[in-house]
Amino acid sequence: MKLIFERTSAGRHLNLLPECDVPEFALASEMKRQTKPFLPELSEVDVDRHYTQLAKQTHGVNDGFYPLGSCTMKYNPRINEEMAALPGFTGIHPLQDDEEVQGCLEVIDRLEKALCEITAMDHVTFQPAAGAHGEFTGLQLIRAYHLHHGDTKRTKIIVPDSAHGTNPASAVMVGFDVVNIPSDDKGCVDLDALKNAVGEDTAGLMLTNPNTVGLFDPNIAEITKIVHDAGGLCYYDGANLNAVMGIVRPGDMGFDCVHMNLHKTFSTPHGGGGPGAGPVGCKAFLADYLPGKLTIHEDGFKLVTPKQTIGQVRTFYGNFLVVVRALCYVLSLGKEGIPEAAKGAVLNANYMMHQLAHDYDMAYTGPCMHEFVMTLDKLHKETGISALDVAKRLLDFGIHPPTMYFPLIVHEALMVEPTETESIETLDEAVEIFKQILKEAKENPDMLHGAPHNTPIGRPDEVKAARTPILRFER
Amino acid sequence: MNTPETLKYSKSHEWVKDLGDGRVEIGLTDFAQDALGDLVFVNLPEVGDEVKAGDQFCDVESVKAVSDVFSPVTGTIEEVNEELADKPELINEDPYGAWIIRVADTADTVELLDAAGYEAVCAEEE
Amino acid sequence: MSGYIPNTQEDIKRMLDTMGISSVDELFVDVPESLRMGELNLESGKSELEVRTIIEELALKNKQYRTVFRGAGSYDHYIPSIVKTITTKEEFVTAYTPYQAEISQGVLQSIFEYQTMICELTGMDVSNASVYDGAVAAAEAVMMTQERKRTRVVVTDTVDPQVLTVVKTYCDGRSIPVCVVKSSNGRTDIEAIKEALGTDSACLLFQQPNYYGIIEDGEALVSLAHETGAKAIMSVNPISMGLLKTPGECGADIAVGEGQPLGMPMAFGGPYLGFMASTKKMMRKLPGRIVGQTEDAKGNRAFVLTLQAREQHIRREKASSNVCSNEALCAMTAAVFMASVGPEGLASMAKSCFNKAHYAMSKLAEIPGVSLVYNEEFFHEFLMTCPVDPACINKALAENGILGGLPVDGKILWCVTEKQSKAQIDKMVSIVQEVCCK
Repeated sequence: MKLIFERTSAGRHLNLLPECDVPEFALASEMKRQTKPFLPELSEVDVDRHYTQLAKQTHGVNDGFYPLGSCTMKYNPRINEEMAALPGFTGIHPLQDDEEVQGCLEVIDRLEKALCEITAMDHVTFQPAAGAHGEFTGLQLIRAYHLHHGDTKRTKIIVPDSAHGTNPASAVMVGFDVVNIPSDDKGCVDLDALKNAVGEDTAGLMLTNPNTVGLFDPNIAEITKIVHDAGGLCYYDGANLNAVMGIVRPGDMGFDCVHMNLHKTFSTPHGGGGPGAGPVGCKAFLADYLPGKLTIHEDGFKLVTPKQTIGQVRTFYGNFLVVVRALCYVLSLGKEGIPEAAKGAVLNANYMMHQLAHDYDMAYTGPCMHEFVMTLDKLHKETGISALDVAKRLLDFGIHPPTMYFPLIVHEALMVEPTETESIETLDEAVEIFKQILKEAKENPDMLHGAPHNTPIGRPDEVKAARTPILRFER
Repeated sequence: MNTPETLKYSKSHEWVKDLGDGRVEIGLTDFAQDALGDLVFVNLPEVGDEVKAGDQFCDVESVKAVSDVFSPVTGTIEEVNEELADKPELINEDPYGAWIIRVADTADTVELLDAAGYEAVCAEEE
Repeated sequence: MSGYIPNTQEDIKRMLDTMGISSVDELFVDVPESLRMGELNLESGKSELEVRTIIEELALKNKQYRTVFRGAGSYDHYIPSIVKTITTKEEFVTAYTPYQAEISQGVLQSIFEYQTMICELTGMDVSNASVYDGAVAAAEAVMMTQERKRTRVVVTDTVDPQVLTVVKTYCDGRSIPVCVVKSSNGRTDIEAIKEALGTDSACLLFQQPNYYGIIEDGEALVSLAHETGAKAIMSVNPISMGLLKTPGECGADIAVGEGQPLGMPMAFGGPYLGFMASTKKMMRKLPGRIVGQTEDAKGNRAFVLTLQAREQHIRREKASSNVCSNEALCAMTAAVFMASVGPEGLASMAKSCFNKAHYAMSKLAEIPGVSLVYNEEFFHEFLMTCPVDPACINKALAENGILGGLPVDGKILWCVTEKQSKAQIDKMVSIVQEVCCK
């Protein structure tokens, strides 16, 4: 389809603004832009139809099943969108006086309290705009804590080899060295490896629990104790919080700070890759280091800067409209609905895993949490059909494929996370499609190598894209 | 797999060609390029950089992976194969022609293998 | 069932029976009993109507102004109707990062178009798919310029203080020295910058127009940076790019900025958009997602996430940034905005901001005791003295539904955009006059 620049026709425009009704003032020519930008010249209908066509080539949660492991692609409730669009929120300048923004501050305060309750933390900052941004923030708290206690030798962050790539990358951004530790054969933390890794140089541990293979680490209390005994702090990567919210809390597991992904666990939409929000919660002893401003309640809501703040990781108070959506979600679910959502997510994942286990190899047996990992290693060796081929064939059936080739410790991995907002019928249909694809893999592998067949484009040439990068339209 | 008899090899999959006068040419082996798949970028070092035996001096990228390249020798980089900046695929097409750097004043080397020894290492990894 | 769960108790029973277990709790065997929590200390779940009522009441507790003369990092511009309707299309709203290119051409193409527009706007060669906000864009740009022997960051104090704080917070972790150079008369002090730059400096960061709205000598600052071998990072207001010399024209290495003025509401500070563009030479140092053009097997034009080997999911601890998500929907908002206003519209919008701000300033300056603090050329923000407590002025304006400028040390930083009419400006001026001459 045409690029928007290929639809341009000189002289077309929208009638958006009145003529300027004040006198003209002169700007020195050396300060002026020399050449006009090449932006499209279009009528309103041109713009509208262009993006309508683009929308038709985009698969969202509303277009079908989206079991993308580790991303928690649950349904995005409509009411949340409507409430986030209220002019009483969208029209507020972030530098208005506190008395004029009591509604915004109450939104922040109410969600902060709810998230503290869900995670067993004492304070939450909403500045971080995404999960990775939250990791960066949480690790800054850990760094500030050690430095403030004169503990300058704590330079190492322990990260299991199954971790999301953002974990080690965030640690390095905060100036830490990364110590990778291997997982045991169940995909959990190898306690001996952990014991050997901790020491006087340990700043902390970053962990996802349930971990990235979809299992709850039963040794979690011992893990956090080992780290604490060595003088380190424990950071909870909340990417997989959806499995356990309302059932077990990171603070009770022994974690000192956490980030949550509002765009995963708390149903705010992903927007094709953002805006999300990665608020960070911490125990009281870390609260003085939090970035930005905190909301306190005394004679109305007020914004205050924490005493030993690490500074700011973003402007203002984070992605506020995402906070509004998450508050709607928490209010809708309430104390019963939150654990029910977690149980629903775990039930759906286990049901699907159970139904597929006869045909597909599971990387780990036993009940999973909210997601499970299949390994197509054997299939690949026997038929040449890879995880990628199966994923691409799923596209033909209108299913967004599971996460591919992650975690890195599983060969030919497909990580499936159905979420609680899918019905048994959807799961049954998906299971049948998975089975059919397996049959096709054995009977007609060439067809799978060529998949997808029913999508707007076939498999793109990624090597060409990376070797000779074309990153913008040229006239 | 192609492993010319005339070259020496490191266990980390670099080949070394002796150019005489303490100068060597270094590149990636056929085994390495095959394992990495289609290369899309070579992050080249600069002429004049010091390299140390066993240390990384460059990395190569495929679409979904990145891999370090280690120097089998200590010395000074005398020449860099700038052609690879635009054509990383040369390493895939002709691994023993597509040298990455030429090093002068070479001193220590890591343990280097002959073709047979290197093939044995590869066989073990497969 | 609450929680948007479609399965009924009967469905759940059927699923449990199929698996041969009696309750969902059995699936949580790995969670130690001793760690499990009792009931959450939250209210019970509410109906949609109840949630609506609560949230609408919260929104009503905020004071929303019809006329806004405050900027300082968040700007009240006109948002075309079409921008809102397009960016609320459910496909765009509910999709994830476009990992599966075959069913994500819409999002990918929109980002490719966004990248092109940002390049055109800033005069740079390449753009990424955006980062969290303008301050993070500046901080990430600083990280792009780090070299083994050049780490020190030189930044002028006319940069937005919040941007400066974010840059410092980012530099703090990696122990990167940040040298903040004092300005003179509201403008970056060229001599002081010259002094501060050295062979150990990685970059010079400045803002155009600066925090006080003043137009900096971009070309001179970029040249100074380049003379010492440092990179030049220019943080620009995107609307001003319809009028002012671009980072590309100034010779900058990296252009960044806060994209909020391009169609995003002020929204109490977010979601916003950090845009980042650079020279071709620095392309592989750009953080975050980048979309590139390629072909599928049949030769159709196709778009994919590319240059991924730079990123954290591949490089892990060797990645130079941990950025994972971008602000795709905000990037699309900016793209629809730019496509709707077009090149002429952007130019006239910028000129309108400039004219109206100058008109407002000239009228305010007629009031005794009110004058420009720094007599320098500005774009659409300007700092003026205030003969009374700024709070008194803002209170009087507030009573008339007008949000006044931002109080800064007893002075007021005003902002005027294309949205305010001459009548609204005149009204604001007359109220200020009344308070000042009381």
